[in-house]
Amino acid sequence: MKRRPASVIFATGARYILPLMLLFAFFILLRGHNEPGGGFIGGLVVACGFALFALAYSVADARQILRVDPIQLIGWGLLLALLSGLLSLLLGLPFMTGLWPDFAIPAIGKVGTPTIFDVAVFLVVIGVVLNVVFSLAES
Amino acid sequence: MNDYQEVLQLFMIYVILPLLTIGLLLTLWRLVRGPTFADRVVALDKLSVIAIGIILAYAIGLDRPVYVDIALIVAMLSFLTTVGFGYYIERRV
Repeated sequence: MKRRPASVIFATGARYILPLMLLFAFFILLRGHNEPGGGFIGGLVVACGFALFALAYSVADARQILRVDPIQLIGWGLLLALLSGLLSLLLGLPFMTGLWPDFAIPAIGKVGTPTIFDVAVFLVVIGVVLNVVFSLAES
Repeated sequence: MNDYQEVLQLFMIYVILPLLTIGLLLTLWRLVRGPTFADRVVALDKLSVIAIGIILAYAIGLDRPVYVDIALIVAMLSFLTTVGFGYYIERRV
């Protein structure tokens, strides 16, 4: 960390609360199909965690900890959403038909194309919100 | 549903929720009237704390365990706004 953080208590708290937020966002994302939750809310929680880290340290540190450019996340998310829709076209079904496998992964449940679409929404929301927050904080 | 749970639910609905609502109204008055900007920021923070209490009391009173997660999210994210306002106040002075 190049710059001294504004408040030691806040900086330490942000470092401990960020993994907690990421874990909870993942939980919300996986629960999304049948119960309240989903990719959008999960992405917002992740973005809030990184925004908190950017406030506690600096935007450069938050970018470094994210490792990828937020704009790249938008692109990968949109590509993943397109792929999840195209998968049903290969089987002769209408575009974006939900496909579910017969087996279920323990502790997660069935992973079908709607799950992939939710992950895509998750990535796009993280990318858009973090792009806005980082650009506003840098200006 | 046993007797104890029913008493707890009635207690939440008829005692805790009205008390929290009174607190909410008093905090709202401070938010509207607050002489300085810092008063309003503190009132906003307190408003979110009371909102967490109301969500939890509602979750217990009406037996909806899903609402506890909402309270968890609000608790984790609400102090972000306070931090943001604090940052703004510090930069303005």
